[in-house]
Amino acid sequence: MTRRLAINPIACTGHGLCADLLPELIRLDEWGYPMMPEHPVPDHLAALARRAVRLCPTLALRLEPVAQ
Amino acid sequence: MTMAPDMRATVPRHARPADRPLGLVKRLTIGWRDTDRVTALGTHLQRYGALPPHPPGTLIEAVTSAGLTGRGGAGFPTGVKMRAVAERRGPAIVVANGMESEPASDKDEALLSRAPHLVLDGAAAAAREVGATTVAVCLPRAKQWLLTLVREAVAERVRAGYDLVAIEVYDLPHGYVSSSESALVNWLNGGEAKPLAVPPRPFEKGVGRRPTMISNVETFAHIALIARFGPGWFRQAGLPDAPGSMLITTSGAVAAPGVYEVDAGITIGAALSLSGGAAEHIASVLVGGYFGSWHDTAEVTTMPLASSALRRIGAGPGAGVIVALPAHACGLRETAKVLGWLAGEGAQQCGPCMFGLPAIAEDFAQLATGRPQGQLLDRLHRRLGMVSGRGACAHPDGAVRLARSALAAFAADARAHAAGLPCLPARQGRSPANAMPIPASAGGWR
Repeated sequence: MTRRLAINPIACTGHGLCADLLPELIRLDEWGYPMMPEHPVPDHLAALARRAVRLCPTLALRLEPVAQ
Repeated sequence: MTMAPDMRATVPRHARPADRPLGLVKRLTIGWRDTDRVTALGTHLQRYGALPPHPPGTLIEAVTSAGLTGRGGAGFPTGVKMRAVAERRGPAIVVANGMESEPASDKDEALLSRAPHLVLDGAAAAAREVGATTVAVCLPRAKQWLLTLVREAVAERVRAGYDLVAIEVYDLPHGYVSSSESALVNWLNGGEAKPLAVPPRPFEKGVGRRPTMISNVETFAHIALIARFGPGWFRQAGLPDAPGSMLITTSGAVAAPGVYEVDAGITIGAALSLSGGAAEHIASVLVGGYFGSWHDTAEVTTMPLASSALRRIGAGPGAGVIVALPAHACGLRETAKVLGWLAGEGAQQCGPCMFGLPAIAEDFAQLATGRPQGQLLDRLHRRLGMVSGRGACAHPDGAVRLARSALAAFAADARAHAAGLPCLPARQGRSPANAMPIPASAGGWR
């Protein structure tokens, strides 16, 4: 299933771990908060994306289905 | 649907011939100018008649075919919202939002203080229809006089045994983001009046985990009239794609600023005219309020105040707000003032808003005063592209829309200010007192 990264902006406190783990998809803004890519997670990065979600210290990051 | 016999006399049928321009309407505002005070329940019932009974499902049907959209700013189809709540399992709850945190809007206060029973009728009828036993009316704590007035109206109805649902009136802290749907849910559930991360949406799981219908108080007043007179009557005002009447608030450089009831989709030029016209030369208008957008007056004079039309120029009617900026004021300076206020009005929950809006406000302050540091415009544009859509609520999106529209509408000014050559009003620090009021801080979230 096609999925994309999404964030709960209230839970996110800007640890920035996701950008370290997945620089291919996540960049930080100038204040250290992650910016989510618009496009779905490509297959070859799916495992890394799941790992970033699992390791988010505030459980703010998630993968959600893309509405077809 | 039957109509109380005395209604035909007091409620104009308002069939608008195709050649009559859109203008003032008297539906919600009947009797306001005559008495200018609150309408008692007895007078209200003489004026509009009693709410007729509705077999289940028929009011949603009527509201849907009337084409009523939310009058709080988002413009969501009310019938769709009602159906979504009605179709959920278990008892629902109805919330009437009278917070009116938009500083340039006065219409909710005007409506509640003159015709509270229209709002309460609509909320009670909607509650019955969506399967709710309770209506929660949310009002700003700062307006104790209004709370007293609405509570007295509720007491009148209780004494008359008029309602089949319970109506509770609550006083909430009145921050700018406190009037958003999820902030009301949060507060009514015992938390702070701060927006929540959605989903779940209130219609799925809101107050007390119940399906929750939240609408602006004016929206409920329209429901009260649709329940009485039907969707065909409702559509006799407004445009086919913006039906009914709407309350608007005009302010700034017009001769008679205030709250008016007009055909939905009236042109911005007509709205300015019926507000007494220009008190001095109007160079630009702010459409939709502090979350709205600046436009050159000539660009929008013929534009209907309706989302269907305004969408094409990146604007929206908001809660029916038009601010006319006098030509002697500096739009950049006024915008900087508002952005500084908006930056402090966030709920301090989401990083991009918490840090992004103050940074944008500081850039704008440098621009307004003509004291740029570094590559000001480049930095400002980069930051404006960075915070939209990244908060739990639309607060950062609204502030960015306002800032971007100011840079476009006052483009020549912006170039001069960024080059260290501010315009005369900015140099003199002149700001028209009435153009862009900044409310006092709410003081707390609970």
